[in-house]
Amino acid sequence: MSALRESLGFLTSRLRQVGIFVALILIVLLFQVLTDGILLQPQNVTNLVVQNSYILILAIGMVMVIIAGHIDLSVGSIAGFIGAVSGVMIVHWGWAWWIAIPACLLVGALVGAWQGYWIAYVGIPAFIVTLAGMLIFRGLTLITLKNQQITPFPAELRALGGGFLPDISGGTSVLEWLTVILGVGGTAAILFQAIKERRVRRKFNLENEPMAWFAIKTGFIALLMLTITFLLASYRGTPIVLIVLAVLVIVYSALMNNSIFGRHTYAIGGNLHAAELSGIKTKAVTFRLFVNMGVLAALAGLVFTARLNSAQPAGGTGFELDSIAAAFIGGAAVQGGIGTVAGAMVGGLIMGVLNNGMSILGLGTDYQQLIKGLVLLLAVGFDIFNKNRSSGGGSAIGKRFKLRTTPPAGAETKEPAQDRPVAVPAGTEQASAVRNP
Amino acid sequence: MNVPILQMRGITKTFPGVKALQDVTLDVNRGEVHAICGENGAGKSTLMKVLSGVYAHNTFEGTILFENEPCDFSSISDSEKRGIVIIHQELALSPYLSIAENIYLGNELARNGWVDWRRTNLEAAKLLARVGLSENPVTPIQHISVGKQQLVEIAKALSKEVKLLILDEPTAALNDEDSDHLLDLILHLKGQGVTSIIISHKLNEIRKVADAVTIIRDGKSIETLRLDQGQITQERIIRGMVGRDLESLYPDRKPSIGEEVLRIEDWTVQHPQDASRTVVHNASLNVRKGEVVGLAGLMGAGRTELAMSVFGRTYGRAVSGKVYKYGREINTATVSDAIQHGIAYATEDRKHYGLNLIEDIKRNISMAALHKLAKRGWVDKNEETTVANRYRKSMNIKAPSVAAITGKLSGGNQQKVVLSKWMFSDPDVLILDEPTRGIDVGAKFEIYTVIAELAAEGKAVIVISSELPELLGICDRIYTLSAGHVTGEVPIAEATQESLMHFMTQEKE
Repeated sequence: MSALRESLGFLTSRLRQVGIFVALILIVLLFQVLTDGILLQPQNVTNLVVQNSYILILAIGMVMVIIAGHIDLSVGSIAGFIGAVSGVMIVHWGWAWWIAIPACLLVGALVGAWQGYWIAYVGIPAFIVTLAGMLIFRGLTLITLKNQQITPFPAELRALGGGFLPDISGGTSVLEWLTVILGVGGTAAILFQAIKERRVRRKFNLENEPMAWFAIKTGFIALLMLTITFLLASYRGTPIVLIVLAVLVIVYSALMNNSIFGRHTYAIGGNLHAAELSGIKTKAVTFRLFVNMGVLAALAGLVFTARLNSAQPAGGTGFELDSIAAAFIGGAAVQGGIGTVAGAMVGGLIMGVLNNGMSILGLGTDYQQLIKGLVLLLAVGFDIFNKNRSSGGGSAIGKRFKLRTTPPAGAETKEPAQDRPVAVPAGTEQASAVRNP
Repeated sequence: MNVPILQMRGITKTFPGVKALQDVTLDVNRGEVHAICGENGAGKSTLMKVLSGVYAHNTFEGTILFENEPCDFSSISDSEKRGIVIIHQELALSPYLSIAENIYLGNELARNGWVDWRRTNLEAAKLLARVGLSENPVTPIQHISVGKQQLVEIAKALSKEVKLLILDEPTAALNDEDSDHLLDLILHLKGQGVTSIIISHKLNEIRKVADAVTIIRDGKSIETLRLDQGQITQERIIRGMVGRDLESLYPDRKPSIGEEVLRIEDWTVQHPQDASRTVVHNASLNVRKGEVVGLAGLMGAGRTELAMSVFGRTYGRAVSGKVYKYGREINTATVSDAIQHGIAYATEDRKHYGLNLIEDIKRNISMAALHKLAKRGWVDKNEETTVANRYRKSMNIKAPSVAAITGKLSGGNQQKVVLSKWMFSDPDVLILDEPTRGIDVGAKFEIYTVIAELAAEGKAVIVISSELPELLGICDRIYTLSAGHVTGEVPIAEATQESLMHFMTQEKE
């Protein structure tokens, strides 16, 4: 009885994380029924992965930028621009793919450094800099392509977008065994990691998830992994881009959780002033975040170009909105400080399944956009509602909002503003006081 | 002659857990300038918020009679209708609007919903003339100095046919010349029949303008001194402001003071926005191993500004002066430089500057010294948890675990997290800015004990505090600051609240 109550209490305290997962399952089931089972057919699952890979790659960088309290509107244009650059390098200049790919990522890094410089060191809000970047790099895309698509690309590059890992059984088996090995191995690794982490938390006396919830959650994730493995294996195997994506998710999750850089990112987004006063080099961290975003946008551009086998003037249009939506549906907070790479991936998959399912149903882009917009609104609205309801609890947005608008009860009696270094107008001036070198 | 215009009786105002005002009485006569004095946090501003309707009439006890009629204000606009206008210390002007627009903001001179600009600017010009300001009324507010903005606020009050003008720390943000001009204006308005209440603890100002002084201490009205009875003297006011019993106890400690750790010489800081204001003038001070040094000063004395400018130039501009550690000059131009040189600064405003409230205890504790837990950029989370658990135990942080979100903790426990953070950075010098602000008495004692332990470990500790008994209770030596100058250095044996208050209110020419 008490175990049940404990589990329920835990679930309500994590309504958001649980909710997003449940939402993904419900949406999958809904479209599975509506499409008469087409959604989860092996070929369609493979499509789903490949179609969404570039949005998911962008969402990794985007959620990091959002955690730090910024935004990036330019990633679609950057992806398009890098697609154009790769076209010129590979098709026009005849560069080998193994030179062209690093070169394109380097160009992406430079683009990110350009934007990061204006945001971090000049202090222009990211919204403005990247809005400008959205125009600038779209313009450069058109200039580079002279308004015409570049095609065709060599097979090696196309493999990045539409290629699969080789079939080790030589085409004799119904299942792709390499995929099965990777999938089962990956699932085992995830289970092992989850159990290890739970042990560590117990050892250090930290609050742990109730056993029941832990078992259901990890069991479900394992089942999901194995299902996807089976579906992919019974079509053409593992898309190469899925391997790229998996590596990125693992590396960036670790980076955000365990590295100094990742932890400083959360600290900056959570409270910029406290981060600065703790000796964190906030400008350097911001700069690097945008360089990183540039590299990931370049990679997304390459994958997209490879998939289409063509660098197009309008390539990447709208990617920024899908990746931003993925991050927010995945639980990132608008004010920064909150969000996870894994959450952004789930958010991206929700958008992806919606896109894919509605396309199968034959809904036009008109209704697709309408429904995607409503989903985004509902997801973040649910977030805010949930936080207001439990205000005083883990209400990040609500709490931060309240902090800014009304002083805490004690403050009114203690007249805290009196002794602050600057008085008028408190917000802006204090911010600049701290920023002042 | 002495006709009462305002009578406040038995005013009691409570906030959750705190009695901010307790049975306060205030009598103001028509046509006088009435000063209200008290330490930081005594309840002056709360009293004025009660009077002006910021706190609605049903949120406090007691009665207010204005011109012999009871006042049941629910908002500021109610009190303004009766001619009571309050000017807050943080000016409520919109920087991008013109002077005239600001004066008539919310009270526009309009016909059928359309602003009559001709009349607005004309009337504004007349009001500006009355306050002695020769600016064009169409000038945007941001283009005039803070001193002139203060006068615009008064012009705005005049536009509302003010009978009782309340000024909350009006000269706190002004330079000397502007302050003088403002005080002259208050006297001039008095000649025109405007009654003023001025909150201030600048005693020279009070002597210049006040006909009566009411002293508030710990939320109670202590006494009202009247000029015509010869009662307004500095000594009398100081005695009234500080004369209270020690309420909290302090841990015993036997200081063992060693060599000098940190010395600050000729430290001068300009205001970050207003270059004509020098916030800290040629301040010099030092602190030794195992010593707890206090910085005492009233509002605007420059204590926090001094500390923050030393700690990585996080306040002010054109900072000049030298910092020595163990006799060698060091550079503290950025926060990470300061931390590397073993300096820690725990802010007075932990919610905005000290903590990441949406993050848990362990991540806040490790924030300033994450590199100590990391190898090649990767953080050892187990070690981090171990460290955080150690501080949770030693500092007695009350939380279910170190994974608890700091925003949910009480003020005292939050402060302990801030202190843990800086202790983990292993500094030689800790600057603690108002370490016990907004926390309850029990937690205060724990903080004092931590300070005593830090000193016993050989750290040099600087404590900035507005509570004199606290400084007297925990320090070995106290510097006083007044208007940016170090006005005194008092060994604890010679320090009393009165002697400190003398230095704190002393003006340097």
